[in-house]
Amino acid sequence: MNDVPLSHVLVLSSALFFLGVYGFFTRRNIITLLMSVELILNSVNLNFIAFNKYLFPHQLEGVFFTLFIITIAAAEVSLAIAIIINLYRRFNTIDIEDTNTMKY
Amino acid sequence: MNYGFASLLINLLPLACFIVLSLFGKMIKPAISGIISCFALVISAVLAIYVAYGYFFEFGKQENIYLKEIVMQFQWLRFNDSLSIDFGIVLDPISVMMLVVISLISAMVHIYSLNYMHGEERFQTYYAYLSLFTFSMLGLVVSINLFQMYIFWELVGISSFLLIGFYFTKPSAIAAAKKAFIITRFADLGFLIGILMLSFDAKTLNIFTLIERLTQPGSAYISGLNAITFLGLSGISWALLLVFIGGAGKSAMFPLHIWLPDAMEGPTPVSALIHAATMVVAGVYLVARLFPVLAVSATDVLTIISYVGVFSALFAALIACTQTDIKRVLAYSTISQIGFMMFAIGIARWGEGHNEGFTASMFHLFTHAFFKALLFLCAGVIIHGIHSNEMADMGGLRKKLPITHITFLLACLSISGIPPFAGFFSKESILSSAFSENRSIFYIALFTSGLTSFYMFRLYFRIFWNIPEKVDEENTNLEKGRWAMLSTLVILAAGAVFAGFVPFGNFVSPDGTPVQNHIHFLFSILPVSVGLAGIIFAGFMYFRKNSLPETIAFALGKSYRWSYDKFYIDEIYYFMTKKVLFNLVGRPAAWFDRNIVDGMMNGTADLTLIFSNSIKKLQSGRLQGYTMWFLAGILTIAVVVIYSFIY
Repeated sequence: MNDVPLSHVLVLSSALFFLGVYGFFTRRNIITLLMSVELILNSVNLNFIAFNKYLFPHQLEGVFFTLFIITIAAAEVSLAIAIIINLYRRFNTIDIEDTNTMKY
Repeated sequence: MNYGFASLLINLLPLACFIVLSLFGKMIKPAISGIISCFALVISAVLAIYVAYGYFFEFGKQENIYLKEIVMQFQWLRFNDSLSIDFGIVLDPISVMMLVVISLISAMVHIYSLNYMHGEERFQTYYAYLSLFTFSMLGLVVSINLFQMYIFWELVGISSFLLIGFYFTKPSAIAAAKKAFIITRFADLGFLIGILMLSFDAKTLNIFTLIERLTQPGSAYISGLNAITFLGLSGISWALLLVFIGGAGKSAMFPLHIWLPDAMEGPTPVSALIHAATMVVAGVYLVARLFPVLAVSATDVLTIISYVGVFSALFAALIACTQTDIKRVLAYSTISQIGFMMFAIGIARWGEGHNEGFTASMFHLFTHAFFKALLFLCAGVIIHGIHSNEMADMGGLRKKLPITHITFLLACLSISGIPPFAGFFSKESILSSAFSENRSIFYIALFTSGLTSFYMFRLYFRIFWNIPEKVDEENTNLEKGRWAMLSTLVILAAGAVFAGFVPFGNFVSPDGTPVQNHIHFLFSILPVSVGLAGIIFAGFMYFRKNSLPETIAFALGKSYRWSYDKFYIDEIYYFMTKKVLFNLVGRPAAWFDRNIVDGMMNGTADLTLIFSNSIKKLQSGRLQGYTMWFLAGILTIAVVVIYSFIY
C-alpha cells in the first residue's frame, strides 16, 4: 500500500481537477457542466484523503471534510437540477449559450 | 387703562384683524369683515389718541422735558450678553405722534373702503392686507431695536406689494407691484448694511443705546467707525448714508422715486394710506429717529439729505405740473412734500436755535398726512363717480360732487400754504428754518411751493371748473348713498383745516425740550404771496377752457415734453438695467452658470456614462465567461501566494 507515493495521488487529483475545469469551459450542455463540477469536487476530496493518509495518519480531519463535501455536493446537485428544470421550462433548452439573457 | 397695555393693543388689534380675516375671511360675509376691521382700527385710533394724551399731558413730561418711555420689552433673539434683538414699544414724542397719525388715517381709509371696495370680489382679503399694512407701520414706529425696525420695514414693503398688486389680473398692476417691491428692496440692502456697520461698532442693536454711544465725540465706539474714510466721508457717515438710502427708497426720494407714481395701480384708498401715513413717511421717520447721531456725528450726511430732499421736491413738482392722470399728479406732489420734510430735517442741527427744522419736518409730516389723505380720498370719490383717472374726462363737477368739491378745495388750500389752513403753519416753519440755515435751499423751496400751489389748483380747476357744468338728469349727484366715503372726507377736512393750530413745537423736538415756533407774520408774506401767485396763475390757465395752456406748452417746447415724460428717469433705469446691467453682468453670469457650473455637473455625468459604457460588456450573461474570470482571479491569487511563500 505504501509503495504508492503521495505525488502519484496528487498528480491523479490534479488531472481530475483540470479535466473538470476543461469540461466546464468547453461543454455547452448544462448537465455536463454539472458533471464537471462533480469531477472538480471529487478531485478535492481525493486531495483531502491523500493528505490525511500520508501526512497525519492518526487524525481524521481530512476524512470528515470529505464527508462534508460529499453531503454539500449532494445538496448542490439537487439545487442545480431544480434550476436546470426551470431553465428548460422557460427556454426550452439546456444549452448554456442560449441562456444568456441576464446581462447589461 | 394702563398706557403700556393700551399701546400694545394699538399694535395688536390690526394684527389680530389680519389673522382673523386671512384665516376665516372666506367664512364670513364681506360686510361683516369690513365692519370688524373698521371697528378694530377705530378702537386702535381711539387708544392712540388716549395714549398720546397721556404721554403729552400726564406721564411723558418730567421737568419740562419729554423723555422716552419704554413701555414694553422682551428679548427675542439673543446673540451674546450685550447683543440681542429685542422687541418692544417705545413712547417718545415722534413715535406717539406717528401712532396717532397712522392709526387715525388708517381708520379713515378702512371706513372709506367700505364704500369704495363695495362688491369687490376679494373684499375680505383687501381688508386683511390693509390691516397688515397698518400693523407693520405701527410696529415700525414703536421699534426699540434697529433690527425690529428692519423687520417691520420689510413687512411694510411686502404688504405694500400685496396692496399695489391687489388687482392682480391687470398686467400693469403686477408690474407696478414688482417695481415698488424691487426698488424698495434694493434700497433696503443699503439700510441693512448701514445697520450692520452701525451696530458692529456701537456693539448694540438697541436704538437708544446706539444713539447714546454714537453721540459722544471721541468715544471708543465712534473712533472705530471714524478710523476708515472712503471718498472723503468717514465710516459713520457712510453707515448713516446707507441707512438713508433705505429711507430714500421707501420715501421715494430721487432717484429711487420711480416706483411711487406707478403704485397708483392699487386701489385709491391704498394710495391714500401709502402716501399719507404708512409707507413713504417711514423714511422721514427713520431719519428723524437717528437724528441725534446724524446731527452730532455726521452733519455731512445731513447736508446730503437736505440737498436730496430739496432736489426731489423741485423735480417732482416740475413733473406734477404737466401730468394728466389725477392720481399721478398727487403722487408727484407727495414726492415733493416728502422732499420738503427731508430737507427740513437735513438743514436742522443739534442744539438750541438750530433744531427748528426737525420740529418743522415732523409738523409737516403731521399736517401732510391729513390733507394728502383727504386729496387721495377725494380723488377716489371722483374716480368712483367718473370711472376715469384722466383730467380730460373731468371738468365742471361742482354740482355732481358738492361735498368732494368743498373738501378738495380745503385740502388744496392747505397744501398750498394759505393761512389759516394746516399746511400754512408747517410749511411756514419749514421755510423759516430754511431761511435762517441755508438761503439757496430756501429759494428753491420757495419756488417749489409756488409750483405746488400751481399744480394743485390746476388739478382743482380742471376737475371742478374748466368747462361749463353739464346738467344731465340721470346722475345729478354722484355722491348719493356713499355715507362712509363722505364722512371720512369731512373728518379729514377738519384735520386739514385745524391740524395747524396744534402747538407742535411744545411737543416734538429732537431733545425733548419744547421749541418755540414763532410765526413770523412779516416773513410769511413772501411764501403766501408766492402761493397765491401760483393759484392765480393756475386760475388764468384753467378756470375757463381757453387756449392759454396749449400756447404755453408750445412756447416751452422741449422742456414741456421732458416734464411730461418725467425727465426720462424710467427710460434711464431701463437703459441701465436692460442694456448695461444685463449685458455686462447678466449675460456673463448666465454664460458662467450655463457653461461652467452646469458644465461641471454635465461633465461628471458624461464621464461616468462613457466609463460605464466601456466596461458594461464584461457583464455578458454567459456563465462560462464569468467562471473564466473567476478562475483567472483564483490563479492570480494562487501565484501571488505561492510566490510570496517561496521568497
